[in-house]
Amino acid sequence: MTSMAVTARRQLDARSLRADFPIFEHAIHGKPLAYLDSAASSQKPRQVLDAMSALYETSYANIHRGVYDLAERATDAYEGAREKARAFVNAESAREVVFTRNVTAALNLVAYGWGLDNLGPGDLVVATEMEHHSNFVPWQYIAERTGAEFEVVPVDGSGELRLEELDGIAGRGRVKVLACMLVSNSLGTVNPVERLVEWGHEQGAVVVVDAAQAVPHRPVDVQALGCDFLGFTGHKMCGPTGIGVLWGRAELLGNMSPFELGGHMIRKVTLERTTWNELPHKFEAGTGPIAEAVGLGAAIDYLEEVGLDAIERHERTLAEYALGRLGEIPGLRVLGPPAERRVGIVSFDLEGVHPHDVAQIVDAEGVAVRAGHHCNQPLMTRLGLAATTRASFYLYTLPEEIDRLVEGLHRARKLFA
Amino acid sequence: MSELDSLYREVILDHYKNPRGHGVIADPDVEAEGQNPLCGDEVSIAIAFEGDTIEDVRFRGRGCAISQAATSMLMDMVKGRTAEEVAAMSRDDLLDEVGIPLSPVRLKCALLGLGVLKLALHKGRGTPLPDEWAGLEELELR
Repeated sequence: MTSMAVTARRQLDARSLRADFPIFEHAIHGKPLAYLDSAASSQKPRQVLDAMSALYETSYANIHRGVYDLAERATDAYEGAREKARAFVNAESAREVVFTRNVTAALNLVAYGWGLDNLGPGDLVVATEMEHHSNFVPWQYIAERTGAEFEVVPVDGSGELRLEELDGIAGRGRVKVLACMLVSNSLGTVNPVERLVEWGHEQGAVVVVDAAQAVPHRPVDVQALGCDFLGFTGHKMCGPTGIGVLWGRAELLGNMSPFELGGHMIRKVTLERTTWNELPHKFEAGTGPIAEAVGLGAAIDYLEEVGLDAIERHERTLAEYALGRLGEIPGLRVLGPPAERRVGIVSFDLEGVHPHDVAQIVDAEGVAVRAGHHCNQPLMTRLGLAATTRASFYLYTLPEEIDRLVEGLHRARKLFA
Repeated sequence: MSELDSLYREVILDHYKNPRGHGVIADPDVEAEGQNPLCGDEVSIAIAFEGDTIEDVRFRGRGCAISQAATSMLMDMVKGRTAEEVAAMSRDDLLDEVGIPLSPVRLKCALLGLGVLKLALHKGRGTPLPDEWAGLEELELR
């Protein structure tokens, strides 16, 4: 056999990957589950569940302070997961990788830990209008607390960021923070974050990236992005709930005040004062999510085995297919960009049928989609909608599940005609 | 009958598509509004009294079929009754009329209109409200 000059691009086989996910063995309303809500939370492969059980069954104790063998093993497992998370987003050092409860906790840590000390009157805090509430509300609130102004990078009627407004915003004050999302949770848009980072840094701002919908679906490299903070969460990437990651530049994290205070985050406590532990432990008060970190580590192994490039291509193919099939339905308006600028998230509005009714009708067919504002109320207001129906895909999604959604949508139309 | 057919039974779809008591009252005695932020259902209700009797009651709103149909049914149920009677209505009085199986999430949709109506009666005729609603300017179901 001759060797190939170029390594073939890895393709993923969703049908065989589904065998790793026990949830698909269970019927919904007597029908196979078509789970089209992975943007809300992904399903979990056996490998993750087994890794968590194995920790509890063989290596569980509290971490970091134990001198006995079991505690050392648990600590190694926890810190091993941190190293996997570091490598996964190409952070320079594991000192820059803080375990949090989820992305919301990661972004609150930055808003409180950095924002309270560094913002004041005359400063501008800027978020995009399409931010998930988790990267919007903390900044709006901390701006108000510190007397800084809060501004948004507006979105146009089709859901695109209006980057031409950036210069105008820069003219209104000292931009100190730019909060932006790498991938929109409602629209699936892959935002031009490199461009935003460049603009933010020209203003002297720190750039805080919500990567919750990006890290599970495509390769993310924090050094290539050039941002200052970035958050992601385990449960959207085949891992458990209760664990997220804040990555931040070491020099920024090092100069920040702690956010939560208590055990483990201290170096020395006296009656007079307390000094802080080194990074990242300064930001990890109390007993950490030990099994959850191990589960996250197993999820990272799983995703790397499948291949992030392959996942990204698989989802783009599905998004293209979904845009085509949904386009066949009269009165259905798909929101967001063309498939080449999306991950596997498709939000739409079906004329005359409220998204809640849509979701309920397709649920009867075993199809799980999300209906609502998707924690995106400013964006929904801009688009003139109270809510949308959102279908979102992952490595285990099959095209025929999109077909089943489309059948359900036809049924909804007929019912409400 | 499938679960879906019983949920979206003909009478629900009929009330959704042809809502009763829909519209505005030119000079209402009282108005109230409310929303269900989870799904974005919105309902506002206006009442004209003749003494303590609800002489006319009308609603406007947007939202899912369950929220709008249940409010439409409610309009039929309360017109001509006294504020006191209607304020004392239980949620089951309405749910029996709606007559469909509802999950906890959809229950909030079905009860939005009743909540807004009770708030309007409270504002207009001082009828009692559930304690947790005290001081509300508008209703938000959570």
